[in-house]
Amino acid sequence: MLAKRIIACLDVKEGRVVKGTQFVQLRDAGDPAELAAAYNGEGVDEVIFLDITASTEKRGLIVETVVRTARQVFIPLAVGGGIRAVGDARRILTSGADKISVNTAAVEKPELITELSEEFGSQAVVLAIDARREGDGWRVFTYGGRKPVNLSVVEWAIEGEAFGAGEILLTSMDCDGTEKGFDCELTRAVSRAVKIPVIASGGAGSPEHFAQVLTEGEADAALAASIFHYGKVRIRDLKEHLKAQGIPVRM
Amino acid sequence: MISVVDYGAGNLRSVENALRYLQVPFATTSQAGEVSRASAIILPGVGHFGHMMRSLESLGLIPLLREAIGKDVPYLGICLGMHALYEGSEEAPALPGLGVLQGGIRRFPEGLKVPQMGWNQLQVTPGTRLFQGVEDGPFVYFAHAYYLPVDEDEASRDRESPPVAALADYGSNFVAAVERDNIFGTQFHPEKSGEIGLRILRNFAVLSQDQAKLQSPSRGGSRVG
Repeated sequence: MLAKRIIACLDVKEGRVVKGTQFVQLRDAGDPAELAAAYNGEGVDEVIFLDITASTEKRGLIVETVVRTARQVFIPLAVGGGIRAVGDARRILTSGADKISVNTAAVEKPELITELSEEFGSQAVVLAIDARREGDGWRVFTYGGRKPVNLSVVEWAIEGEAFGAGEILLTSMDCDGTEKGFDCELTRAVSRAVKIPVIASGGAGSPEHFAQVLTEGEADAALAASIFHYGKVRIRDLKEHLKAQGIPVRM
Repeated sequence: MISVVDYGAGNLRSVENALRYLQVPFATTSQAGEVSRASAIILPGVGHFGHMMRSLESLGLIPLLREAIGKDVPYLGICLGMHALYEGSEEAPALPGLGVLQGGIRRFPEGLKVPQMGWNQLQVTPGTRLFQGVEDGPFVYFAHAYYLPVDEDEASRDRESPPVAALADYGSNFVAAVERDNIFGTQFHPEKSGEIGLRILRNFAVLSQDQAKLQSPSRGGSRVG
């Protein structure tokens, strides 16, 4: 039986992890490669680097980070942030990443999803969607949640699948940072609307939150960042908790 | 030396990284000459069956791969590289596979999330060389939309030597790994399956070295007692 995945997200700026960590003893807590290796040791199922490098001339640093990470961490690695063309994706995938995620660029040019999946296979293409609740539904936001788009999240997810996305990384902007739980309603709505896996993101604060979104939220995977970094939830304990509830996880 | 075949597959680098980490000697190549001299062959793969078969054809590798497999050169096909062993795939019905094993690759049926993406648990056939030293029930990483159904495998037709090395369950059981004589295939990605995956790759490397020694004892290293 396919296990539900637990994914750790690292914000990486100019090759360094931002948001200091109180995570396990690392030689260099700011090194994404070392942090990814530590998470791997803890039993995380997948790692995502979110590149938040602003300056274009320093964009190349993420490639070097991926190269170093992929030499020592043998679990799936995804990279998002700043990927706007097939060439950007190729540099990252040929460096050793398994997937790239696209967000704003895909909203502005949905054909990019098709180009990427034709070139690299849909399993390598993650469509990231930032969602905010509005009335009875959810609206898509781009540019790191700054710009509202005239698009419903559920409709965009369906379109994204049709364009060739292999997976959806769904972030609830309402829940993000609250540590009060994922938006199960949003996640379920999207998960039911598409036939590709859905990763829930935003709001994780406790092991029980993961259990909820992986069951009632019908998510295939759940992602968190700060609670892992600060050691508030340990991946091994989290998986024990899920397993005890009968949720299939890789131990 | 092991030849890792470069036909443009996206995950080539990951396979190279894993072999380097294991300190297994290998050479990545798309040259027919090198592949024909290889002591073992790894065909990585992620992407599209049609693209793969067309690339292999344009590189002139299809007859060479068939010939090498026929000459007992150890072959490990990963994901699409396992699909290549069979007669064909629904992903590109017009293009035949290598056809060294019988059966056809199908698309996962409606009602499942496709691609199957993530870690699934194997039921390993006892005694398989690929899984030597791996505890039963390991989790390994899958990323695929096409698969080999159990009834398409030769197991039902050839009970003497069923090639199924591992099954996994996604909606129903499917073939997650095959092993027959010098032919090995994994539907999952050992290069992305953590410690267990590394063990599987190491097993293949070791059995390839053993095979090479058998075939040319004079080059098999120190035999001086």
